[in-house]
Amino acid sequence: MTTPGNTTPGDVPVSQPPAGASSTAPAEYPPASPAGRGMFGVHDTGDTSGFGGLVRRRTVVTSTPKPYGEEFDEVTDALEEAYPGFADAIEAVVVDRGELTLHIKPERVLEVATIMRDNPALRFELCSSVSGVDYLGAARRLHVVYHLTSLTFRRRVRLEAAVPAEDPRLPSVTSIYPTADWQERETYDMFGVVFEGHPNLTRILMPDDWEGHPQRKDYPLGGVPVEYKGAEIPPPDERRTYQ
Amino acid sequence: MSTTDYAKTRETTEGKVFTVTGGDWDTVVQGHDPLTDERIVVNMGPQHPSTHGVLRLILELEGETVTEARAVVGYLHTGIEKNIEYRNWTQGTTFVTRMDYLAPIFNETAYCLAVEKLLGVEVPDRATTIRVLMMELNRISSHLVWLATTGMELGAINMMLYGFREREYILDIFEAASGLRMNMAYVRPGGLAQDLPENAVTLIRDFLKLFPKKLVEYERLLSGNTIWQERTQDVAYLNIPGCLSLGITGPVLRSAGLAWDLRKTEPYCGYDTYDFEVATAESADVWGRYLVRMEEMRQSMRIVEQALDRLEPGPIMVEDKKIAWPAQLAVGADGLGNSLEHVAKIMGTSMESLIHHFKLVTEGFRVPAGQVYVPIEAPRGELGAHVVSDGGTRPYRVHYREPSFINLQAIPAMAEGGLLADVIAGGASLDPVMGGCDR
Repeated sequence: MTTPGNTTPGDVPVSQPPAGASSTAPAEYPPASPAGRGMFGVHDTGDTSGFGGLVRRRTVVTSTPKPYGEEFDEVTDALEEAYPGFADAIEAVVVDRGELTLHIKPERVLEVATIMRDNPALRFELCSSVSGVDYLGAARRLHVVYHLTSLTFRRRVRLEAAVPAEDPRLPSVTSIYPTADWQERETYDMFGVVFEGHPNLTRILMPDDWEGHPQRKDYPLGGVPVEYKGAEIPPPDERRTYQ
Repeated sequence: MSTTDYAKTRETTEGKVFTVTGGDWDTVVQGHDPLTDERIVVNMGPQHPSTHGVLRLILELEGETVTEARAVVGYLHTGIEKNIEYRNWTQGTTFVTRMDYLAPIFNETAYCLAVEKLLGVEVPDRATTIRVLMMELNRISSHLVWLATTGMELGAINMMLYGFREREYILDIFEAASGLRMNMAYVRPGGLAQDLPENAVTLIRDFLKLFPKKLVEYERLLSGNTIWQERTQDVAYLNIPGCLSLGITGPVLRSAGLAWDLRKTEPYCGYDTYDFEVATAESADVWGRYLVRMEEMRQSMRIVEQALDRLEPGPIMVEDKKIAWPAQLAVGADGLGNSLEHVAKIMGTSMESLIHHFKLVTEGFRVPAGQVYVPIEAPRGELGAHVVSDGGTRPYRVHYREPSFINLQAIPAMAEGGLLADVIAGGASLDPVMGGCDR
């Protein structure tokens, strides 16, 4: 997993209210399920297996050593050549499962994306996708993920920028990729990431007056129990998890 | 009768309201200034028959010309991406299939390819071939709904009936294979829910014989029709740079002349071994998109035929017993369920099978940590599944790059400056499915 910064099991925020949500949030906060501890999600009585005492550590993002592979080397070399701030802006280069990920400092996203689109050796004309991932427990937990496609060279690259939940700001790429408009709005809606310079950063999927950002990991699912043939099955977010 | 019986003129936030309760018409309309009131804002949808579901368009009109158009989405948001995070990997298929409900097989396949890429497993040939077969049938059924609804919106009501009539044949095939007409959850991580039965193959062969004639019928109905031509030609123009900057892919991009089809450019599921052409047009308008989709249905039939010929008996699930769904499923009278033989085996003869079954069904399998992005060519364009795993038995994050969602951003570019009636044609040519758009 790509989480920068190690996580000690103690600092997982389990009993905070959902981010941005007040008491009028649509659902109650679920009982604490300490990510990073235990094996089956059971932490009180009921787990006699002993697995509940296990401590799981998250993996830390580590750069893949060069060479990355022919095609990926072409991309990184071209970017390094065209972008003087490469060493400063790129935090890590990860090649995993045949996909190239560039971890970028959030404030440099627009610069890097501009070069990625305009440089003749890179030519990532299409911004396929912008979305977010919440790595709860990391120092900069909110990751914004961009998938760029080069139609000329038929290759793809993933840009990833991590911002802290307390100050989730990074520049918008709508000025160079107009398609990012709605996708950045969705990321704002779901994760609360603020894209500076976006022409109209409002909610898009949730209602305008919604509180909180639903895709954050500390936002409750708000499941309801299911009754089936007389038995009650707990809501999905309260069921035993196998981590 | 005193004058107090009449309601008074009152100011509201929308402007002046006239309550007409009688009197001379000329004195009523005197209060209305046609010059200053010419600019009107029309709220089209979210409940409107020609917005393909709950799409809301806010149109600013000058006469019949659209000066500004804004699309509002989110009315069908169901939190699928959030829900997946609380179910195991196999259950994820059941959620994603409900996103773009006209192209369920594509949603499932994108998800399963992503999970398989994370797992690093190869699915058996037969499963891949059946996936291709089902995807192409699904492409035809999705394009048929497009043709049917667009026909209806542009004045060809009979096209609506014909399109949905032929789509039923494909839904029958899906039902024979999976027990369900829509939202089948047929493609599963590691393979398929169950094998393609013999009668489904017969149904497909029958359909392949019947459908070419029907396609000719549609073309006879529409292509030479003056109304159809007038409503589609030079309407909702969007060229290649426009498409790429707005992220538009699929038939809309191909109608502008760029042969960008992920089946050819970044082949998956062995599409590079099939013989087919990428349909393109030059006109970059609704007419071009019609031509592209008609040709795509023909090409899909070619692929289905080749896939049928390639079908050889074999497994439809990965060998790895730690991943493969333990149950043998069978289509019963009430849909897909555990086969009774399998239940008899685990309950009666093999305790190990029972434990194994129980573990995999309740706990699920683990997927090594990491993230992948798998794009496939759905009927509406690039459908990308960004799947993140933290090493657990549940997806950490699943995000869909939904072509309906992205493509709807082209509404202002297509509609502004055109006529109100062309908003319908342009919007329809994007083929938006709000279930996919809002997820």
